[in-house]
Parts: sequence; structure tokens; C-alpha cells
Amino acid sequence: MQASSKIPTDVSYLEYKGKHKGLLSWILSTDHKRIGLLYMYSMMTLFLIGVVLGLAMKFELIAPGKTIMEAKDYNAVFTVHGVIMIFMIVVPGLPAVFGNFLLPIMIGAKDVAFPKLNLASWYVYIAGAFLVIASVLFGDGSPDTGWTFYAPYSFKTGTNMLPAIFGAFVLGFSSILTGLNFIVTIHRLRAPGMTWTKMPLFPWTLYGTAWIQLLATPIVGITLVLVSLERIFGIGVFDPALGGDPILYQHLFWIYSHPAVYIMILPAMGAISEIIPTFSQKHVFGYKAIVASTLAIAFVGYFVWGHHMFTSGMSGTAQYTFSILTFLVAIPSAIKVFNWISTMYKGSINVQTPFYWAVSFIFVFMIGGLSGLVLGALATNVYVHDTAFVVAHFHFIVFGGVGFAFFGAIHYWFPKMFGRMYDSTWANAGWLIFTIGFLTLYSPMFYLGMQGMPRRYYDYLEEFHAANILSTMGSWVMTLGLVIILINLFRSAKSGAIAPKDPWNGKTLEWTVPSPPPVENYEEIPVYGEKDGPYEYK
Amino acid sequence: MENNEKHHIVSYRSYFVILLLLLLFTFISIAITQIELGSYNVAGALLLATIKSGLVLYFFMHLKFDKPYLKLMVGFVMAVFIAVIVITFFDYYYR
Repeated sequence: MQASSKIPTDVSYLEYKGKHKGLLSWILSTDHKRIGLLYMYSMMTLFLIGVVLGLAMKFELIAPGKTIMEAKDYNAVFTVHGVIMIFMIVVPGLPAVFGNFLLPIMIGAKDVAFPKLNLASWYVYIAGAFLVIASVLFGDGSPDTGWTFYAPYSFKTGTNMLPAIFGAFVLGFSSILTGLNFIVTIHRLRAPGMTWTKMPLFPWTLYGTAWIQLLATPIVGITLVLVSLERIFGIGVFDPALGGDPILYQHLFWIYSHPAVYIMILPAMGAISEIIPTFSQKHVFGYKAIVASTLAIAFVGYFVWGHHMFTSGMSGTAQYTFSILTFLVAIPSAIKVFNWISTMYKGSINVQTPFYWAVSFIFVFMIGGLSGLVLGALATNVYVHDTAFVVAHFHFIVFGGVGFAFFGAIHYWFPKMFGRMYDSTWANAGWLIFTIGFLTLYSPMFYLGMQGMPRRYYDYLEEFHAANILSTMGSWVMTLGLVIILINLFRSAKSGAIAPKDPWNGKTLEWTVPSPPPVENYEEIPVYGEKDGPYEYK
Repeated sequence: MENNEKHHIVSYRSYFVILLLLLLFTFISIAITQIELGSYNVAGALLLATIKSGLVLYFFMHLKFDKPYLKLMVGFVMAVFIAVIVITFFDYYYR
């Protein structure tokens, strides 16, 4: 039972006047909903920096040779783009924003298990972000290793690596603390009667993700410490000149960073698993199969990291072991896709903006996933390794997966978060333009990779010119879509029509509280009966 | 929150025995480096470290008194860690 308090239940978390006013009422608040929004605004700011860097890269590639920057600047731009997008956006992404905002409400709790630790996680996140930004602004030039900080270059380069590496290390702590908080919250604070098999699917995916955050992140933490020690003291763990092994760095880095892909994608799948039943007005097909596939992805995802290293000089035994394991991940991923489609089958589909995002998520995720099998197979991997094909695959999975799910989730839960509806005409137009831009931007990279264009080069042969022009133009279209989406959401948050409690006829618990919710969510903790469930449509 | 945590009194003798065991394993960890075990060097070192961390978890961190599902979760984490190490050595032993 949670302690009762004197906080009024008829005042929304946005209007509540606590001890502090203005900015302090946000940055000192331990309310999970305000912390969720703090993450969202911080991420949005960093995301826009990442987008500008991405646009700069694509503009550089519009023609062979130097267009707007030198080669060394290009190296710095793709490194900082990667570090921001991976460590600050897609890894914390859905758990930090929607997990924080919705997890307690969806399981019938008043807050997360450790609210102060939750706020501390955001401070740690901001500290890490500042360190990475500082590495760009001060010192001996921006980091230029790529977001993977590969040894031995990461301790040989003269650029400003230490703040960037330490920033990634600090960001990892934020992730660990959030994961720990979510695991305890799900174990201890579920509403009475909400058994494990009655918990909605989004919290389930947060649970799987939290375990990965907790178990895998410390490994990259210690690895980054070792790189720093190598750089400062030359301890010889990774430096071959001192008897170290640079491939060991790759193992340690990917032992975290591959499961990190599942940290990103699992909550995205969770959000899609909420959107599809709601807009199909139908019980989710194969609830237990989706839960099992979530845990299976989280588990098998630990053991596939070596597929990033097929051309690094790893043993043949390790290569085919990792290849087989990689193919295994496709099975639970496919189970999810089949379940989503089966949920829609004979459903009473209500075509709204979140639904557009959800179905386009399935489309881009399938392209990303199937192209992943090309990379997971040893023979084809050798051919397309370190080419633009990998960049295309990666962006289809990570940006197509997490990005589309994030935008789907924000359009789905926006009425709950801000108590207002958005303009659906502009939202749909934003989705359409964004999707066309996305496909135009990344699809040509599959072709370029197959033709042999290497990744991370600022220059290329004339024969790659046409596809690069198309790709760059796609980046402009996608940015236009993004601008429309963001302006529409910001404008609607201020002046949209007042949202009802349950605008989509959703069946999970967040739709039973007012929009926006009061500070402690529930006047009385809900109780699940025998026949209650998260997706009980008649 | 239901208050079902109990305080467990553990005798000084038990703690002292565990401390001696930990010291013993530490000495063995050092001694074993004098023996040429070839490719089993790492396996030996990791095994000893695992036994020591198991003792700390079980007795000092009171896993002994925890519910079976918590023991299961810790066991699961250990199993994942072992699997990660084993797969990593698919590379090193066969390179």
C-alpha cells in the first residue's frame, strides 16, 4: 500500500502548485510525469542538434569531394551525431519519456518505487549530455572515432576523447538507475489483482528492457574506463603495441551495445503493442506469445554481439556461433509482427495518426529486420560490411523502429500527457511527408552499399552520385515532415481542443484517469478483478 | 508496502568462517598464477572469483535468507554472465 498524502486529486500535475514555482517546480519535482517531460524536452533539444549534424553530413555527400566540410570535420560530425543519437536519444528514448510518464499509471501506482532516484537519473543524464557537448566545444577538436570509440584509434587520436568517453560512461549510470527503478516498481507496485499476465504489454517491454539496462550497461561502463586508462596511462589492455588486444575492446563494447539495440527497440515494440489493439478495438492477438517473445528477444539479444565483428579477425567458431544466434532473434521478432497483424485482422480499425505510425513502423521495421539477416549471414556480411548498406539497415531499425514508435507513442499518449488534442490533419500530413522523406533518405543507401560505397567517407566515386543526391533530398523532405510534426504538437499542447479522459476508447489503466492526470494519478488504487484485463474489448 | 522483512541474526563465528574462506580463496588465486595451466588460466581465475562472489552474496548480502524467486533471479544473472564469458572464449580459444 502506498502512503496517503494531502496532495489534491482534482488538480492536474501540470497545474499543481507545490513548494516551488517556475523552473524549480520542474527540476526539483519527483513526480514521475514531470520527470518524463523533463526527459522529453531535453531529448528533443539534443535530437534537434543530432538532426542538424545529420543534415550537414547528407549535404556534404550531395556531391563527390569537398562540399561544405573537410574530411576531418566529417569524421567529427558523424561521431558526435552518433554519440548524441545513440546514448542520449534512442537508448533512454521511450523508457525515460513514456516509461516514466506512463509505467506507474499503467500498473495502477502513484509513482515509481524510488521517486528521488528517478529525478537523480535525469540529473545524471544531463551531466553526461553536458560532458559530451563539452568535448565538442572545448579542447583539441571534436571526437572523431565514430560512436563506437574503437580501440586502438580512440586512445591514439589527438582529439578531445576523454570528455566524450566519460560522458557516455555517465549516461550509462542514468540508464542503470532508471532500469533498477522500473524493475522494483513493476515487482512491488502493481495494482492489487494485476497479476503478471494481466500487466499491459508496454510495461512488460519496459521490464525486459530494464533488465538489459541493469546487466549490460556496467560492461560498457568498465570498458570506457579501460579506454580512458589506456589513453592516460597506457595500461596495455587494448593496445597491441603493449601486448593488449583491440578485438577484446570490440567484444566488450558490443556485449553492451548490441543488447542496447534491444533496449531501444523493445519499448518501441511495447508502444506499438498498445496502439494496435486500441485502434483495432480488439483484444491483442496472442498476449502471452508477445510477452514470451519480448523476454526471448531480451535474452537472446545478449548473445549476438559478435555479428558486429565478423571481419575483425575473430575465430571461425565464434563467427558461425554468433551467426546462428543472430538468426534466432528473428524468430521472436517475427512472432510480434504476426501478432500485430493478426490483432488488426477483423478488427474495427479506427484510422488515426498513431495507427499510421504503427503500421508504418511495421513496414520499416520489417525492411530493417530482413536486411539484418543479410548482415547476420557470414558470406553476405563480408561483402557489405562497413558499407552504406549497414548504415541503411541500422537507420531502418533504430530510426525507423524507435523513431516511428516514438512519434506513434507521442501522438497516442499526447491527449493524456497534455490534456489537449492535436490537429490530426497536420499530424497526418507530417507523418506522410516524414515517411516519404525517410524512405527516400535511407533506401538508396542499401543500393549504394551493395554497389560498394563504404560508410564514414566524406568522398565517393562518381558512379555513386545519383543515389547520393536522392538520399540528400530525402533528408530535406524528412526534416520538413519533422518540423510539421513538432510545430503541430507544440501548438496543440498550448491551444488544442480539450481532450477527454479516453479519446481512443483505450482499455489500459491510463485511460481511466483524467487527462492530464492528477499528481498522484489515482485517488484510490484500482483493483483488478478476475475478469479484468488490459485489452478487454467486447 | 507490506512489512514482511525479518531481521536475521548471524553469529560472528559464521562471518569469521566466511572471512577465512575468502582469504583462503584469495591466496589460492595468487598461488594458482604460479602454475602453468595454459588456456585454463582464465577459467581457473574466474571460477575462484565466482566462488568468492557467491560467498559474499549468499552470506554477507543475506541472499541465504531471501525468497526463492530472488535466488532464482540472482542465479539467472550468474548464468547469463557465464554464458557471455563462454561465448567470448569461442573466439579466444579457437582463434
